[in-house]
Amino acid sequence: MTIRLMQGNEACVEGALRAGMKFYAGYPITPSTEIAEISAIELPKVGGKFIQMEDEISSMGAVIGASLTGLKSMTATSGPGFSLKQENLGYGIISEVPCVVVNVQRGGPSTGLPTSPAQGDIMQAKWGTHGDHATIALYPNSVREIYDMTIRAFNLSEKYRTPVILLLDEIIGHMRERIEIPEDDEIEIIDRKKPTCSPDEYKAYEVKEGDIVPEMADFGTGYRYHVTGLVHDETGFPAGATKAEALIRRLIDKIEDNKDDICTYEEYMLDDADIAIVAFGCTSRSAKSAIKSLRGEGYKVGMFRPITIWPSPEKQLEKLSKRVKRIIVVEMNDGQYFLEVDRIAGKNTLVEKYGRLNGEIIPPHEIISVVKEAYNG
Amino acid sequence: MKYKELRLSGSGGQGLITGGIILAVAALQDGLNAIQSQSYGPEARGGASKAEVIISEEDIDYPKVEKSDILLSLTQLSCDKYLCDLKAGGTLIIDESVETPDRDDITIYKLPILDTATNKLKKSMVANIVALGVINKITNLVSEESLEQAVIERVPKGTEELNKSALYEGYGLIN
Repeated sequence: MTIRLMQGNEACVEGALRAGMKFYAGYPITPSTEIAEISAIELPKVGGKFIQMEDEISSMGAVIGASLTGLKSMTATSGPGFSLKQENLGYGIISEVPCVVVNVQRGGPSTGLPTSPAQGDIMQAKWGTHGDHATIALYPNSVREIYDMTIRAFNLSEKYRTPVILLLDEIIGHMRERIEIPEDDEIEIIDRKKPTCSPDEYKAYEVKEGDIVPEMADFGTGYRYHVTGLVHDETGFPAGATKAEALIRRLIDKIEDNKDDICTYEEYMLDDADIAIVAFGCTSRSAKSAIKSLRGEGYKVGMFRPITIWPSPEKQLEKLSKRVKRIIVVEMNDGQYFLEVDRIAGKNTLVEKYGRLNGEIIPPHEIISVVKEAYNG
Repeated sequence: MKYKELRLSGSGGQGLITGGIILAVAALQDGLNAIQSQSYGPEARGGASKAEVIISEEDIDYPKVEKSDILLSLTQLSCDKYLCDLKAGGTLIIDESVETPDRDDITIYKLPILDTATNKLKKSMVANIVALGVINKITNLVSEESLEQAVIERVPKGTEELNKSALYEGYGLIN
Protein backbone atom coordinates (compact mmCIF):
# COMPACT_ATOMS: atom_id res chain seq x y z
CA MET A 1 0.00 0.00 0.00
CA THR A 2 1.50 3.33 -1.07
CA ILE A 3 0.35 6.48 0.67
CA ARG A 4 1.42 9.84 -0.69
CA LEU A 5 0.71 13.52 -0.31
CA MET A 6 -0.37 14.49 -3.79
CA GLN A 7 -1.74 17.55 -5.54
CA GLY A 8 -5.06 17.13 -7.36
CA ASN A 9 -3.67 18.09 -10.77
CA GLU A 10 -0.79 15.65 -10.22
CA ALA A 11 -3.29 12.89 -9.38
CA CYS A 12 -4.99 13.58 -12.70
CA VAL A 13 -1.78 12.87 -14.60
CA GLU A 14 -0.92 9.84 -12.43
CA GLY A 15 -4.39 8.43 -13.06
CA ALA A 16 -4.12 9.12 -16.79
CA LEU A 17 -0.78 7.30 -17.00
CA ARG A 18 -2.22 4.40 -15.03
CA ALA A 19 -5.10 4.25 -17.55
CA GLY A 20 -2.57 4.09 -20.38
CA MET A 21 -2.32 7.69 -21.61
CA LYS A 22 0.33 7.90 -24.32
CA PHE A 23 -0.38 11.34 -25.81
CA TYR A 24 -1.04 14.80 -24.43
CA ALA A 25 -1.55 17.99 -26.43
CA GLY A 26 -2.41 21.24 -24.73
CA TYR A 27 -2.01 24.92 -24.25
CA PRO A 28 -1.23 25.74 -20.61
CA ILE A 29 -3.68 27.82 -18.59
CA THR A 30 -4.13 28.45 -14.87
CA PRO A 31 -5.36 26.56 -12.88
CA SER A 32 -4.70 23.49 -15.04
CA THR A 33 -1.04 24.13 -15.92
CA GLU A 34 0.44 21.46 -13.62
CA ILE A 35 -1.36 18.81 -15.68
CA ALA A 36 0.59 19.90 -18.77
CA GLU A 37 3.84 20.31 -16.84
CA ILE A 38 3.75 16.88 -15.24
CA SER A 39 2.59 15.20 -18.46
CA ALA A 40 5.58 16.76 -20.24
CA ILE A 41 7.91 15.24 -17.65
CA GLU A 42 6.28 11.83 -17.33
CA LEU A 43 5.04 10.89 -20.82
CA PRO A 44 8.50 10.48 -22.43
CA LYS A 45 9.37 8.03 -19.62
CA VAL A 46 6.62 5.66 -20.77
CA GLY A 47 7.23 6.04 -24.50
CA GLY A 48 4.50 8.64 -24.85
CA LYS A 49 4.47 12.04 -26.50
CA PHE A 50 3.72 15.54 -25.17
CA ILE A 51 3.17 18.48 -27.45
CA GLN A 52 2.39 22.08 -26.61
CA MET A 53 0.24 23.33 -29.47
CA GLU A 54 -0.30 26.88 -30.67
CA ASP A 55 -3.74 27.13 -29.08
CA GLU A 56 -6.61 25.19 -27.54
CA ILE A 57 -8.54 24.14 -30.64
CA SER A 58 -5.42 22.74 -32.29
CA SER A 59 -4.68 20.84 -29.06
CA MET A 60 -8.10 19.26 -29.30
CA GLY A 61 -7.41 18.42 -32.96
CA ALA A 62 -4.07 16.82 -32.08
CA VAL A 63 -5.69 14.75 -29.33
CA ILE A 64 -8.33 13.45 -31.76
CA GLY A 65 -5.69 12.68 -34.39
CA ALA A 66 -3.48 10.81 -31.92
CA SER A 67 -6.41 8.80 -30.63
CA LEU A 68 -7.25 7.71 -34.19
CA THR A 69 -3.80 6.12 -34.36
CA GLY A 70 -4.62 4.09 -31.27
CA LEU A 71 -3.06 6.20 -28.50
CA LYS A 72 -5.01 7.04 -25.38
CA SER A 73 -5.01 10.85 -25.45
CA MET A 74 -5.78 13.72 -23.11
CA THR A 75 -5.82 17.50 -22.97
CA ALA A 76 -6.39 19.86 -20.05
CA THR A 77 -7.54 23.45 -19.90
CA SER A 78 -9.69 25.92 -18.00
CA GLY A 79 -12.90 27.74 -18.91
CA PRO A 80 -11.49 30.11 -21.57
CA GLY A 81 -9.65 27.25 -23.29
CA PHE A 82 -12.61 24.93 -22.93
CA SER A 83 -14.66 27.46 -24.93
CA LEU A 84 -12.10 27.28 -27.72
CA LYS A 85 -12.07 23.47 -27.80
CA GLN A 86 -15.81 23.17 -28.41
CA GLU A 87 -15.71 22.94 -32.21
CA ASN A 88 -13.35 19.97 -32.22
CA LEU A 89 -15.10 18.48 -29.21
CA GLY A 90 -18.19 18.17 -31.41
CA TYR A 91 -16.00 16.64 -34.13
CA GLY A 92 -14.82 14.03 -31.60
CA ILE A 93 -18.43 13.27 -30.66
CA ILE A 94 -19.73 12.74 -34.21
CA SER A 95 -16.64 10.88 -35.41
CA GLU A 96 -16.65 8.80 -32.18
CA VAL A 97 -13.05 9.33 -31.13
CA PRO A 98 -12.20 8.41 -27.53
CA CYS A 99 -10.28 11.05 -25.55
CA VAL A 100 -10.30 12.83 -22.22
CA VAL A 101 -10.77 16.59 -21.85
CA VAL A 102 -9.97 18.02 -18.41
CA ASN A 103 -11.41 21.39 -17.43
CA VAL A 104 -10.03 22.80 -14.17
CA GLN A 105 -12.64 25.51 -13.86
CA ARG A 106 -12.18 29.17 -13.00
CA GLY A 107 -14.49 32.15 -12.85
CA GLY A 108 -15.90 33.40 -16.16
CA PRO A 109 -17.21 34.45 -18.60
CA SER A 110 -14.15 35.11 -20.78
CA THR A 111 -10.82 35.25 -18.95
CA GLY A 112 -12.84 35.98 -15.80
CA LEU A 113 -11.05 35.12 -12.57
CA PRO A 114 -7.73 33.44 -13.50
CA THR A 115 -6.77 32.12 -10.07
CA SER A 116 -10.08 31.75 -8.31
CA PRO A 117 -12.36 28.73 -8.17
CA ALA A 118 -15.80 28.51 -9.75
CA GLN A 119 -18.21 25.81 -10.89
CA GLY A 120 -19.50 27.79 -13.83
CA ASP A 121 -18.94 25.33 -16.68
CA ILE A 122 -21.64 22.81 -15.77
CA MET A 123 -23.88 23.68 -18.70
CA GLN A 124 -20.96 24.31 -21.05
CA ALA A 125 -19.79 20.76 -20.40
CA LYS A 126 -23.21 19.57 -21.55
CA TRP A 127 -24.05 22.01 -24.31
CA GLY A 128 -20.81 23.82 -25.21
CA THR A 129 -20.62 22.32 -28.66
CA HIS A 130 -23.49 22.79 -31.06
CA GLY A 131 -26.05 20.26 -32.20
CA ASP A 132 -27.84 17.45 -30.41
CA HIS A 133 -25.54 15.17 -28.51
CA ALA A 134 -25.10 13.29 -25.27
CA THR A 135 -22.17 14.07 -22.99
CA ILE A 136 -20.28 12.16 -20.34
CA ALA A 137 -18.82 14.44 -17.65
CA LEU A 138 -17.33 13.34 -14.32
CA TYR A 139 -16.87 15.56 -11.26
CA PRO A 140 -14.55 14.28 -8.49
CA ASN A 141 -14.31 15.88 -5.03
CA SER A 142 -10.97 14.66 -3.64
CA VAL A 143 -7.43 13.99 -4.80
CA ARG A 144 -8.01 10.22 -4.67
CA GLU A 145 -11.24 10.60 -6.59
CA ILE A 146 -9.46 12.69 -9.25
CA TYR A 147 -7.07 9.75 -9.69
CA ASP A 148 -9.93 7.26 -9.93
CA MET A 149 -12.16 9.41 -12.13
CA THR A 150 -9.35 10.12 -14.58
CA ILE A 151 -8.94 6.37 -15.05
CA ARG A 152 -12.71 6.07 -15.37
CA ALA A 153 -12.85 8.91 -17.90
CA PHE A 154 -10.42 7.00 -20.13
CA ASN A 155 -12.36 3.77 -19.62
CA LEU A 156 -15.70 5.35 -20.51
CA SER A 157 -14.22 7.11 -23.53
CA GLU A 158 -12.80 3.82 -24.82
CA LYS A 159 -15.98 1.87 -24.09
CA TYR A 160 -18.43 4.39 -25.56
CA ARG A 161 -16.10 5.92 -28.17
CA THR A 162 -16.70 9.53 -27.18
CA PRO A 163 -14.76 12.42 -25.63
CA VAL A 164 -15.23 12.34 -21.84
CA ILE A 165 -15.05 15.56 -19.84
CA LEU A 166 -13.44 15.66 -16.42
CA LEU A 167 -14.58 18.72 -14.50
CA LEU A 168 -12.25 19.74 -11.69
CA ASP A 169 -12.33 22.52 -9.12
CA GLU A 170 -9.31 24.79 -8.70
CA ILE A 171 -9.47 24.02 -4.99
CA ILE A 172 -9.10 20.26 -5.39
CA GLY A 173 -6.76 20.63 -8.37
CA HIS A 174 -4.30 22.74 -6.42
CA MET A 175 -4.52 21.32 -2.92
CA ARG A 176 -2.40 18.47 -1.63
CA GLU A 177 -4.07 15.62 0.17
CA ARG A 178 -3.47 12.09 1.37
CA ILE A 179 -3.91 9.52 -1.39
CA GLU A 180 -3.67 5.78 -1.17
CA ILE A 181 -2.56 4.53 -4.58
CA PRO A 182 -4.78 1.58 -5.54
CA GLU A 183 -3.27 -1.83 -6.26
CA ASP A 184 -3.58 -3.36 -9.73
CA ASP A 185 -6.43 -5.65 -8.69
CA GLU A 186 -8.44 -2.66 -7.45
CA ILE A 187 -8.62 -0.93 -10.81
CA GLU A 188 -10.05 -1.84 -14.18
CA ILE A 189 -8.55 -0.67 -17.45
CA ILE A 190 -10.77 -0.75 -20.55
CA ASP A 191 -9.36 -0.62 -24.09
CA ARG A 192 -11.31 0.08 -27.27
CA LYS A 193 -12.44 -2.93 -29.26
CA LYS A 194 -10.46 -3.38 -32.46
CA PRO A 195 -11.61 -5.10 -35.66
CA THR A 196 -10.72 -8.75 -36.27
CA CYS A 197 -11.91 -8.71 -39.89
CA SER A 198 -9.57 -7.94 -42.79
CA PRO A 199 -9.06 -4.30 -43.88
CA ASP A 200 -11.12 -5.02 -47.03
CA GLU A 201 -14.15 -6.09 -45.01
CA TYR A 202 -13.88 -3.30 -42.43
CA LYS A 203 -16.76 -0.87 -42.17
CA ALA A 204 -15.56 1.85 -39.80
CA TYR A 205 -18.95 2.91 -38.45
CA GLU A 206 -20.90 -0.32 -38.47
CA VAL A 207 -22.12 -1.48 -35.05
CA LYS A 208 -21.96 -5.26 -34.82
CA GLU A 209 -24.68 -7.32 -33.14
CA GLY A 210 -24.26 -7.14 -29.36
CA ASP A 211 -21.85 -4.19 -29.44
CA ILE A 212 -22.49 -0.65 -28.22
CA VAL A 213 -20.14 1.11 -30.65
CA PRO A 214 -18.29 0.32 -33.89
CA GLU A 215 -14.94 -1.48 -33.70
CA MET A 216 -12.10 1.01 -34.02
CA ALA A 217 -9.05 0.36 -36.18
CA ASP A 218 -5.77 2.21 -35.59
CA PHE A 219 -4.70 4.46 -38.44
CA GLY A 220 -1.44 3.23 -39.86
CA THR A 221 -2.24 -0.47 -39.55
CA GLY A 222 -3.68 -0.96 -43.02
CA TYR A 223 -7.31 -0.19 -42.21
CA ARG A 224 -8.25 2.83 -44.32
CA TYR A 225 -11.39 4.76 -43.58
CA HIS A 226 -12.90 8.19 -43.81
CA VAL A 227 -13.28 10.36 -40.69
CA THR A 228 -15.55 13.37 -41.01
CA GLY A 229 -17.58 15.85 -39.04
CA LEU A 230 -20.35 15.43 -41.58
CA VAL A 231 -23.21 13.05 -41.04
CA HIS A 232 -21.93 9.75 -42.42
CA ASP A 233 -23.00 6.18 -43.09
CA GLU A 234 -21.36 3.00 -41.76
CA THR A 235 -18.43 3.36 -44.17
CA GLY A 236 -17.60 6.79 -42.75
CA PHE A 237 -18.37 8.68 -45.96
CA PRO A 238 -20.79 11.65 -45.94
CA ALA A 239 -24.36 10.47 -46.33
CA GLY A 240 -26.69 13.44 -45.95
CA ALA A 241 -30.07 13.83 -44.32
CA THR A 242 -31.41 10.31 -44.87
CA LYS A 243 -28.82 8.92 -42.45
CA ALA A 244 -28.88 11.81 -39.96
CA GLU A 245 -31.70 10.67 -37.66
CA ALA A 246 -30.29 7.17 -37.28
CA LEU A 247 -26.74 8.36 -36.66
CA ILE A 248 -27.51 11.14 -34.16
CA ARG A 249 -30.02 8.92 -32.36
CA ARG A 250 -27.42 6.16 -32.07
CA LEU A 251 -24.81 8.61 -30.72
CA ILE A 252 -27.24 9.87 -28.06
CA ASP A 253 -28.65 6.47 -27.18
CA LYS A 254 -25.29 4.76 -26.71
CA ILE A 255 -24.88 7.01 -23.68
CA GLU A 256 -28.46 7.62 -22.49
CA ASP A 257 -29.36 3.90 -22.68
CA ASN A 258 -26.35 2.98 -20.55
CA LYS A 259 -26.85 5.39 -17.66
CA ASP A 260 -26.87 2.52 -15.17
CA ASP A 261 -23.31 1.79 -16.19
CA ILE A 262 -22.16 5.38 -16.56
CA CYS A 263 -23.79 7.21 -13.63
CA THR A 264 -22.13 7.10 -10.24
CA TYR A 265 -23.14 9.09 -7.18
CA GLU A 266 -22.79 9.27 -3.41
CA GLU A 267 -25.66 9.39 -0.96
CA TYR A 268 -24.83 10.75 2.48
CA MET A 269 -27.19 10.60 5.48
CA LEU A 270 -30.28 10.58 3.26
CA ASP A 271 -32.15 7.67 4.89
CA ASP A 272 -34.26 9.81 7.22
CA ALA A 273 -33.57 13.22 5.66
CA ASP A 274 -36.24 15.91 5.29
CA ILE A 275 -33.88 18.14 3.35
CA ALA A 276 -31.41 16.97 0.72
CA ILE A 277 -28.49 19.08 -0.43
CA VAL A 278 -27.31 18.39 -3.97
CA ALA A 279 -23.64 19.34 -4.34
CA PHE A 280 -20.55 18.25 -6.26
CA GLY A 281 -16.80 18.85 -6.25
CA CYS A 282 -15.40 21.03 -3.46
CA THR A 283 -18.86 22.30 -2.58
CA SER A 284 -19.86 18.77 -1.56
CA ARG A 285 -17.06 18.81 1.01
CA SER A 286 -18.44 22.01 2.53
CA ALA A 287 -21.88 20.41 2.49
CA LYS A 288 -20.66 17.27 4.24
CA SER A 289 -19.01 19.35 6.95
CA ALA A 290 -22.23 21.38 7.35
CA ILE A 291 -24.37 18.23 7.52
CA LYS A 292 -22.21 16.78 10.31
CA SER A 293 -22.77 19.96 12.38
CA LEU A 294 -26.48 20.12 11.57
CA ARG A 295 -27.01 16.46 12.44
CA GLY A 296 -25.41 17.20 15.82
CA GLU A 297 -28.18 19.75 16.38
CA GLY A 298 -30.89 17.33 15.28
CA TYR A 299 -31.56 18.61 11.76
CA LYS A 300 -32.47 15.78 9.40
CA VAL A 301 -30.41 16.75 6.41
CA GLY A 302 -28.37 14.70 3.94
CA MET A 303 -26.60 15.03 0.63
CA PHE A 304 -26.90 13.61 -2.86
CA ARG A 305 -23.63 14.00 -4.76
CA PRO A 306 -23.57 13.27 -8.48
CA ILE A 307 -20.09 12.04 -9.42
CA THR A 308 -21.21 11.53 -13.01
CA ILE A 309 -22.71 14.94 -13.59
CA TRP A 310 -23.68 14.23 -17.25
CA PRO A 311 -25.69 12.28 -18.02
CA SER A 312 -27.44 13.26 -14.81
CA PRO A 313 -28.45 10.45 -12.44
CA GLU A 314 -32.09 11.03 -13.29
CA LYS A 315 -33.56 7.86 -11.77
CA GLN A 316 -31.88 8.45 -8.42
CA LEU A 317 -32.79 12.14 -8.27
CA GLU A 318 -36.40 11.33 -9.07
CA LYS A 319 -36.52 8.73 -6.31
CA LEU A 320 -34.99 11.24 -3.91
CA SER A 321 -37.57 13.87 -4.87
CA LYS A 322 -40.36 11.58 -3.69
CA ARG A 323 -39.03 11.21 -0.17
CA VAL A 324 -37.66 14.61 0.85
CA LYS A 325 -39.56 17.83 1.57
CA ARG A 326 -37.00 20.03 -0.05
CA ILE A 327 -33.87 19.86 -2.22
CA ILE A 328 -31.29 22.64 -2.09
CA VAL A 329 -28.76 22.69 -4.93
CA VAL A 330 -25.57 24.31 -3.64
CA GLU A 331 -23.07 25.26 -6.35
CA MET A 332 -20.49 27.95 -7.11
CA ASN A 333 -22.48 29.46 -9.97
CA ASP A 334 -25.86 31.12 -10.49
CA GLY A 335 -27.86 27.90 -10.48
CA GLN A 336 -26.77 25.81 -13.47
CA TYR A 337 -27.21 22.28 -12.13
CA PHE A 338 -30.28 23.59 -10.30
CA LEU A 339 -31.96 23.74 -13.72
CA GLU A 340 -31.34 20.02 -14.24
CA VAL A 341 -32.34 19.01 -10.70
CA ASP A 342 -35.47 21.16 -10.87
CA ARG A 343 -36.40 19.58 -14.21
CA ILE A 344 -36.20 16.12 -12.67
CA ALA A 345 -37.35 16.74 -9.09
CA GLY A 346 -39.42 19.92 -9.31
CA LYS A 347 -42.70 18.11 -9.96
CA ASN A 348 -42.41 16.16 -6.69
CA THR A 349 -40.73 18.47 -4.21
CA LEU A 350 -39.55 22.02 -3.64
CA VAL A 351 -36.19 22.63 -5.34
CA GLU A 352 -34.15 25.70 -4.40
CA LYS A 353 -30.74 27.02 -5.36
CA TYR A 354 -27.91 28.53 -3.37
CA GLY A 355 -24.88 29.82 -5.22
CA ARG A 356 -22.20 32.44 -5.34
CA LEU A 357 -20.13 34.12 -8.03
CA ASN A 358 -17.31 35.77 -6.05
CA GLY A 359 -14.55 33.24 -6.71
CA GLU A 360 -14.63 31.79 -3.20
CA ILE A 361 -15.61 28.36 -1.96
CA ILE A 362 -18.95 28.27 -0.14
CA PRO A 363 -18.04 27.70 3.52
CA PRO A 364 -19.94 25.23 5.74
CA HIS A 365 -21.41 27.96 7.98
CA GLU A 366 -23.27 29.46 5.00
CA ILE A 367 -24.81 26.09 4.15
CA ILE A 368 -25.75 25.66 7.82
CA SER A 369 -27.59 29.02 7.73
CA VAL A 370 -29.37 28.13 4.49
CA VAL A 371 -30.59 24.81 5.88
CA LYS A 372 -31.71 26.33 9.20
CA GLU A 373 -33.60 29.02 7.34
CA ALA A 374 -35.30 26.37 5.22
CA TYR A 375 -36.24 24.46 8.36
CA ASN A 376 -37.42 27.32 10.50
CA GLY A 377 -38.30 30.14 8.14
CA MET B 1 -10.17 14.57 18.53
CA LYS B 2 -7.06 16.09 17.08
CA TYR B 3 -8.00 18.68 14.41
CA LYS B 4 -5.58 21.55 13.94
CA GLU B 5 -5.66 24.34 11.39
CA LEU B 6 -2.39 26.14 10.67
CA ARG B 7 -1.59 29.19 8.67
CA LEU B 8 2.05 29.84 7.75
CA SER B 9 2.46 33.43 6.61
CA GLY B 10 5.22 35.71 5.48
CA SER B 11 6.35 37.08 2.16
CA GLY B 12 6.69 35.27 -1.16
CA GLY B 13 9.94 33.31 -1.48
CA GLN B 14 10.25 32.39 2.20
CA GLY B 15 9.45 28.76 1.45
CA LEU B 16 6.18 28.67 3.34
CA ILE B 17 4.45 26.37 0.87
CA THR B 18 7.36 23.93 1.08
CA GLY B 19 7.10 24.22 4.86
CA GLY B 20 3.40 23.40 4.72
CA ILE B 21 4.03 20.42 2.44
CA ILE B 22 6.72 19.06 4.79
CA LEU B 23 4.40 19.32 7.78
CA ALA B 24 1.61 17.53 5.86
CA VAL B 25 3.97 14.76 4.71
CA ALA B 26 5.13 14.25 8.30
CA ALA B 27 1.51 14.05 9.47
CA LEU B 28 0.75 11.32 6.90
CA GLN B 29 3.83 9.47 8.09
CA ASP B 30 2.31 9.51 11.58
CA GLY B 31 -0.91 7.99 10.22
CA LEU B 32 -2.84 11.25 10.39
CA ASN B 33 -4.78 12.99 7.65
CA ALA B 34 -3.51 16.24 6.19
CA ILE B 35 -4.41 18.81 3.57
CA GLN B 36 -2.08 21.53 2.35
CA SER B 37 -3.41 24.40 0.28
CA GLN B 38 -2.42 27.87 -0.72
CA SER B 39 -3.92 30.91 -2.31
CA TYR B 40 -2.77 31.93 -5.75
CA GLY B 41 -3.24 35.32 -7.29
CA PRO B 42 -1.93 38.82 -6.92
CA GLU B 43 -1.24 38.39 -3.21
CA ALA B 44 1.19 35.54 -3.97
CA ARG B 45 3.48 37.99 -5.79
CA GLY B 46 4.99 40.09 -3.07
CA GLY B 47 2.99 41.35 -0.13
CA ALA B 48 1.65 38.81 2.31
CA SER B 49 1.70 35.16 1.28
CA LYS B 50 0.40 32.14 3.11
CA ALA B 51 0.29 28.36 3.13
CA GLU B 52 -2.39 26.45 4.98
CA VAL B 53 -2.27 23.04 6.57
CA ILE B 54 -5.03 21.05 8.24
CA ILE B 55 -3.98 18.04 10.29
CA SER B 56 -6.62 15.68 11.65
CA GLU B 57 -7.11 12.22 13.11
CA GLU B 58 -10.28 11.90 11.02
CA ASP B 59 -11.43 12.68 7.49
CA ILE B 60 -11.04 16.32 6.48
CA ASP B 61 -14.14 17.56 4.69
CA TYR B 62 -13.85 21.31 4.21
CA PRO B 63 -10.35 21.79 2.78
CA LYS B 64 -9.77 25.44 3.64
CA VAL B 65 -8.64 27.13 6.86
CA GLU B 66 -11.16 29.68 8.11
CA LYS B 67 -9.96 30.38 11.67
CA SER B 68 -6.53 29.02 12.46
CA ASP B 69 -5.39 27.37 15.69
CA ILE B 70 -1.78 28.23 14.95
CA LEU B 71 -0.46 31.23 13.04
CA LEU B 72 3.14 31.72 11.98
CA SER B 73 4.01 35.22 10.78
CA LEU B 74 7.50 35.99 9.58
CA THR B 75 6.67 39.55 8.49
CA GLN B 76 4.73 42.46 9.95
CA LEU B 77 2.48 42.68 6.89
CA SER B 78 1.43 39.04 7.13
CA CYS B 79 0.83 39.26 10.88
CA ASP B 80 -1.35 42.34 10.42
CA LYS B 81 -3.31 40.57 7.70
CA TYR B 82 -3.98 37.18 9.28
CA LEU B 83 -4.00 37.85 13.05
CA CYS B 84 -7.75 38.53 13.08
CA ASP B 85 -8.36 34.96 11.87
CA LEU B 86 -6.41 33.36 14.72
CA LYS B 87 -8.83 31.69 17.13
CA ALA B 88 -9.10 32.78 20.75
CA GLY B 89 -6.87 30.40 22.68
CA GLY B 90 -4.70 29.99 19.60
CA THR B 91 -0.94 30.12 19.26
CA LEU B 92 0.87 32.95 17.49
CA ILE B 93 4.50 32.49 16.48
CA ILE B 94 6.17 35.66 15.18
CA ASP B 95 9.65 36.59 14.14
CA GLU B 96 11.39 38.99 16.52
CA SER B 97 11.15 41.67 13.81
CA VAL B 98 7.37 41.65 14.15
CA GLU B 99 5.68 43.91 16.69
CA THR B 100 3.97 42.01 19.52
CA PRO B 101 0.25 42.43 18.87
CA ASP B 102 -2.20 43.56 21.50
CA ARG B 103 -4.23 40.40 22.12
CA ASP B 104 -4.50 38.72 25.51
CA ASP B 105 -6.62 35.75 24.37
CA ILE B 106 -3.75 33.99 22.58
CA THR B 107 -0.32 32.61 23.43
CA ILE B 108 2.47 34.53 21.71
CA TYR B 109 5.98 33.30 20.95
CA LYS B 110 8.37 35.92 19.60
CA LEU B 111 11.60 34.37 18.36
CA PRO B 112 14.66 35.16 16.20
CA ILE B 113 13.65 32.83 13.36
CA LEU B 114 14.96 34.90 10.44
CA ASP B 115 18.13 35.87 12.34
CA THR B 116 18.89 32.23 13.16
CA ALA B 117 18.66 31.33 9.47
CA THR B 118 20.58 34.33 8.17
CA ASN B 119 23.31 34.75 10.77
CA LYS B 120 23.71 31.43 12.55
CA LEU B 121 23.11 29.09 9.60
CA LYS B 122 24.27 31.63 6.98
CA LYS B 123 21.36 30.76 4.68
CA SER B 124 18.25 32.94 4.88
CA MET B 125 16.30 30.43 2.79
CA VAL B 126 16.19 27.85 5.60
CA ALA B 127 14.04 30.14 7.76
CA ASN B 128 11.03 28.00 6.83
CA ILE B 129 12.66 24.91 8.33
CA VAL B 130 13.75 26.79 11.47
CA ALA B 131 10.11 27.84 11.77
CA LEU B 132 8.93 24.23 11.40
CA GLY B 133 11.23 23.23 14.26
CA VAL B 134 9.77 26.00 16.40
CA ILE B 135 6.16 25.17 15.52
CA ASN B 136 6.52 21.48 16.23
CA LYS B 137 8.43 21.97 19.48
CA ILE B 138 5.59 24.15 20.73
CA THR B 139 2.64 22.16 19.41
CA ASN B 140 3.85 18.54 19.09
CA LEU B 141 1.70 18.15 15.97
CA VAL B 142 3.85 15.42 14.48
CA SER B 143 6.63 13.14 15.74
CA GLU B 144 10.21 14.42 15.53
CA GLU B 145 11.23 11.37 13.48
CA SER B 146 8.53 11.94 10.87
CA LEU B 147 9.29 15.64 10.64
CA GLU B 148 13.00 15.03 10.14
CA GLN B 149 12.30 12.39 7.51
CA ALA B 150 9.88 14.70 5.69
CA VAL B 151 12.42 17.54 5.69
CA ILE B 152 15.08 15.28 4.18
CA GLU B 153 12.59 13.97 1.60
CA ARG B 154 11.33 17.36 0.43
CA VAL B 155 14.32 19.73 0.42
CA PRO B 156 16.63 20.06 -2.61
CA LYS B 157 19.26 17.35 -2.93
CA GLY B 158 22.54 18.33 -1.31
CA THR B 159 20.92 20.57 1.30
CA GLU B 160 19.73 17.81 3.64
CA GLU B 161 22.32 18.38 6.36
CA LEU B 162 21.85 22.16 6.32
CA ASN B 163 18.09 21.77 6.63
CA LYS B 164 18.44 19.21 9.41
CA SER B 165 20.58 21.73 11.30
CA ALA B 166 17.90 24.35 10.67
CA LEU B 167 15.27 22.06 12.14
CA TYR B 168 17.37 21.48 15.27
CA GLU B 169 18.13 25.19 15.62
CA GLY B 170 14.36 25.69 15.55
CA TYR B 171 13.87 23.16 18.33
CA GLY B 172 16.63 24.92 20.26
CA LEU B 173 14.79 28.25 20.19
CA ILE B 174 12.13 26.76 22.49
CA ASN B 175 13.30 25.80 25.95
